[in-house]
Amino acid sequence: MPLQSAAPMKQFSSRHLLGIKDLTPADLELVLETADYFLEVINRPIRKVPSLRDLTIANIFFENSTRTRLSFELAQKRLSADVINFSASSGSNKKGETLLDTVNNILAMKVDMIVMRHASPGAPHFLAKHTSAAIVNAGDGTHEHPTQALLDAYSIRRRLGKIAGVKVCYFGDILHSRVALSGILALKKLGAEVMVCGPLTLLPRYIASLGVLVETDPDKALAWCDVANVLRIQLERQQIQYFPSLREYSLYFGITRERLLRLNKEIVIMHPGPINRGVEIDSYTADGTGSVILQQVEHGVAVRMAVIYLLANRG
Amino acid sequence: MRLSPFEFFLRLNHTLQAKRRYRLNSCLYLQRDSAETHILTAVMKDRLILDSEQLEVMIGRLCMQLIENHGSFADTVLLGMQPRGSHAARRIAARLEAISGIAVPLGFLDATFFRDDFRRRPLPLQPNVTEVPFPIENQRVVLIDDVLFTGRSTRAALDAMIGFGRPALVELLVLADRRYSRELPVQADYVGITVDSVQGQQVVVEWKEKGFAEDAVRLFS
Repeated sequence: MPLQSAAPMKQFSSRHLLGIKDLTPADLELVLETADYFLEVINRPIRKVPSLRDLTIANIFFENSTRTRLSFELAQKRLSADVINFSASSGSNKKGETLLDTVNNILAMKVDMIVMRHASPGAPHFLAKHTSAAIVNAGDGTHEHPTQALLDAYSIRRRLGKIAGVKVCYFGDILHSRVALSGILALKKLGAEVMVCGPLTLLPRYIASLGVLVETDPDKALAWCDVANVLRIQLERQQIQYFPSLREYSLYFGITRERLLRLNKEIVIMHPGPINRGVEIDSYTADGTGSVILQQVEHGVAVRMAVIYLLANRG
Repeated sequence: MRLSPFEFFLRLNHTLQAKRRYRLNSCLYLQRDSAETHILTAVMKDRLILDSEQLEVMIGRLCMQLIENHGSFADTVLLGMQPRGSHAARRIAARLEAISGIAVPLGFLDATFFRDDFRRRPLPLQPNVTEVPFPIENQRVVLIDDVLFTGRSTRAALDAMIGFGRPALVELLVLADRRYSRELPVQADYVGITVDSVQGQQVVVEWKEKGFAEDAVRLFS
C-alpha cells in the first residue's frame, strides 16, 4: 500500500503553456481542478501561500496589457514567487536587440519561468525551443491566449456546473481574436458546443474546420447559446475597415438589452475585457444578472495560479 | 538502609534508564502507561496494531481528555488535517457530540501549498479542499491528524492555519505517534497510541469511510 504524507497527483503533460492546441483534455481538467483550490486560497483572510518562494518569474510584455499582466503578477505574488516585470516601452528591443538575446539576458539573472506576451504569433514557441526556462504564453499576436481560454472555461464551469454539452457562442471580431481561437480549442476539448457569430468580414474563412457553427445573425446565435462570450472590436489590429462604422456595428451586432429581452431565457454573458460600452455590449448586458465579467477577472487569478503551480511543480 | 533524597533520586533515575533500555531492546513490549499504549514492534509485514474495537475505545478516551481540558468547548474549534486527518476529525467530532451533546465547530485544513518539499519530489503534490467556515481568531484550536511522523506536515499545517487568524491556543491530537522519527521539534498534546517503528515502515489508519472492511491501525514494513 503506497503511502506518502501528501499524495502525488496527475502531472501536467507539458513543461510550457504555449497554447491550448498542445494540451490534452486531462491537462485542461487538471488546471480547472487545481484552480478550485486556489480560488479558495485567494478568498482567505490571508491570501498568500508560500509554495513558490524559491522561484523567480519574469513577466515580459512586448504588447500593452493591464489586466493580464496584473492578473499574472498577482497570481505569482499570491504563490510567493519573486517577480520581475519588463515591458517593451522600457526595454532595449527598440535599440535593436533580438528577442532571444533579451530573454537570454533575463535568464542569465537566474530566472526560472517566463510569462510572455508578444505581437508575433509563435514567439513563445520559438523561445521554448531555444531557452531552458518554462514559458507561459500570455498572448502571441492573433494566435493563442491560453490562460484566457482556461479562465473562460473555468468561469463557465463555476456558473453552470459543467462544460460538456454547454452551448457557447463567441460574438464579434473572431478574425483578430486569440481569445476566440484558444477558447474554441479549449471548449471543444472539454466537450462544449461552440458557435461563432459576427460580420462575415470578421469571420475567418475556414473557421468551420475547427468544428464550430458559423452564424451571422446575432439574434439566432443568442437564441441558440447558453453562454455568450462577447469580444472587443480590436481597432488597433485592423489596418483596413471591416465594417462601415462603430455605430453600425453596434446596431447590427451589439449585444443589447432589447436583444436579451427578446429571449425567453437567461444566458451567461462573458467578456474578456476591456469593454467598449455601447459598442459590442451595452451597460444593461455588461452589468446584468447574467454577467460573469468580473468573476472572470477573479477566476483569472486562480487559474493563473494553477497554471504556474502546475508548471513549477514539474521542475 | 536509609537513603538521602539525593541518593534516592540517583537510584530512581538509574532504574528509569534501565527500564527504557529494556523497552528499546525487547522486540515486543506492551505496557499501559498514563493512558497511552506503547508498542515496540518486531519487524514484520502488515501488522495489526489496533482493531476497530480498540480504535473506538481509544477515540472515546481522546474525547474524554478533550472534554477534561476544554470543558464546554465555548472557544474551541477542531481542525482536521487533510487528507487523512479529516476522517479522524469527523469521528472525534461525532463522538464528542454523542458524549457531551455539544457540536464543536469542525473544519478541514489542507497544507499542501505550505509544505517544504514542493519541487523536491519526483511527482507533484495533490492539494485537497480547505474548509474553515469559522474564524479562528482567539479560538482554542485542536489540530487533528491520524499519524504524527516527522512533524513536517504539522509544521506546514501551523503555517496554513495562521492564514485564518491568530488562535489563542493550538493543540495537536494524533491517533498514532511514531516515536523516534521526528525531524522537527513537534509534540502532540493528545496521543491515541505510541508506535515505535523504523524508517521505511508505515503506520496506516484504515477507515470504513475510505472503503476498508473494518477500521484499523496497521503497521506496514
